[in-house]
Amino acid sequence: MSVMADGDRAFLDSIIEVADEVAGPHADSVDRDARFPAEALDALRAERALSATIPAELGGGGISFSAVARGCFELGRRCGSTAMVFAMHHIQVATIARHAAGSQWLESYLASVAADQRLVASVTTELGTGGDMGRSIAALQPGEDGVTASFEKQAPVISYGAQADDLFVTLRRSPDAEQNDQVIAVAQRGQFALEQTGTWDPLGMRGTCSPGFVVRAQIAPEQTLATPFPQIMAESMVPITHILWSHLWLGIATDAFDRARAFVRAAAKGSSDGAPPPVAIRLSHLLAELSLLRAEVASGLAEFVEASEEPSRERLLTMTSTLRFNNLKIAASEQAPRVCQGAMGVCGIMGFKNDSPYSVGRHLRDTMSASLMIANERIHQTNASLLLIAKDV
Amino acid sequence: MTDDIRQLIKEFGRLPVDVDTLATDADLYQAGMSSHASVNLMLAIEDHFDVEFPDRMLTRGVFESIDAIAAALTELGVQVPA
Repeated sequence: MSVMADGDRAFLDSIIEVADEVAGPHADSVDRDARFPAEALDALRAERALSATIPAELGGGGISFSAVARGCFELGRRCGSTAMVFAMHHIQVATIARHAAGSQWLESYLASVAADQRLVASVTTELGTGGDMGRSIAALQPGEDGVTASFEKQAPVISYGAQADDLFVTLRRSPDAEQNDQVIAVAQRGQFALEQTGTWDPLGMRGTCSPGFVVRAQIAPEQTLATPFPQIMAESMVPITHILWSHLWLGIATDAFDRARAFVRAAAKGSSDGAPPPVAIRLSHLLAELSLLRAEVASGLAEFVEASEEPSRERLLTMTSTLRFNNLKIAASEQAPRVCQGAMGVCGIMGFKNDSPYSVGRHLRDTMSASLMIANERIHQTNASLLLIAKDV
Repeated sequence: MTDDIRQLIKEFGRLPVDVDTLATDADLYQAGMSSHASVNLMLAIEDHFDVEFPDRMLTRGVFESIDAIAAALTELGVQVPA
């Protein structure tokens, strides 16, 4: 483990404070009312945490990716929804930052995200594509005037769409492009209109406020990322998504474990013969499960950071790398709810009740979303294909 | 070699366009080749030319055009017939 830079340490301290003082105390009401965690987002803005992944020369925090991942973990321990909003925002912002070089528009856009602490939502799923992010139906339509472009996209889900300042949208490059010939566009508030098409009353991650919308926007043609879309996916979006998500799932699972541990400690204090109570054995089993999750999440992050430091980041473009980060997603999304369910097994009825200090219902419900967000079965389908040709996996 | 590659693309690339009209530097993905079809094409090329692409060469870029595939095969020592 390397020693953490001062800027990273200060960033993490501020995130932990927001998690403990703001996100945690509001987590139950955010969950109960399926409302946006506005207090926590205001606090994160006040700490300038929404620009953590933007380079310092553009006015951002210049915080390391590892520290931001750790921030997702810390927020996840206190409020899964806050952590998911924070993570998704940084998936978009970090991806833009990694591919902004050479684009004056994107660089000044990043500077405005930092200056105004703008919140960026993603519009990557679309009705009719079966959850495949590598295909789009909506196309970027060049305007007749040559200085504008427009699009209309039917999104079955946009997380915190109504609260976002800007949108990060996948589209077909042009009206005559194939479905897999895509481009990423950024639309700013004032350039788009959202028409909500559904309601939002889900099992978990209720504070992400993710109903469906129709997005209609008019932007300038330069508001797109020039790097080829498949390269952006392989080099940035896919690994960054899976790493940040898995960190917050680990955070939620860790808090469920901590609550189970607190329950066992309280039970042990009540026993007089000095032997650990029988439920302590179950806690030990649970620690083994949590350790597996922790190890997978840590190694995924370490491999990404190492590959990102190589001059051309070529390793991230290989199929082996895609398999690696797909597996991180599958493993973490299945292991996190397993840990939460184990915690409920330890705490028994006290874990099942919503109003007990050992309650882990929200944790279990929140982590059950993990295998659906980019459905694991779709990822297995991709992996099955890649395994036919990849060698040293 | 490019004729063989073109033939394999016809059989396995599942392109919605006429493969014979594609320039050797045309982007196969932009022409509509899916990720899954590209894996089938890679398998067919390994089989046909009796080579194995090492993991470092299994990237999208290596298979994005007839020229790119030919360059990869040349790197692996496949001889161009005189």
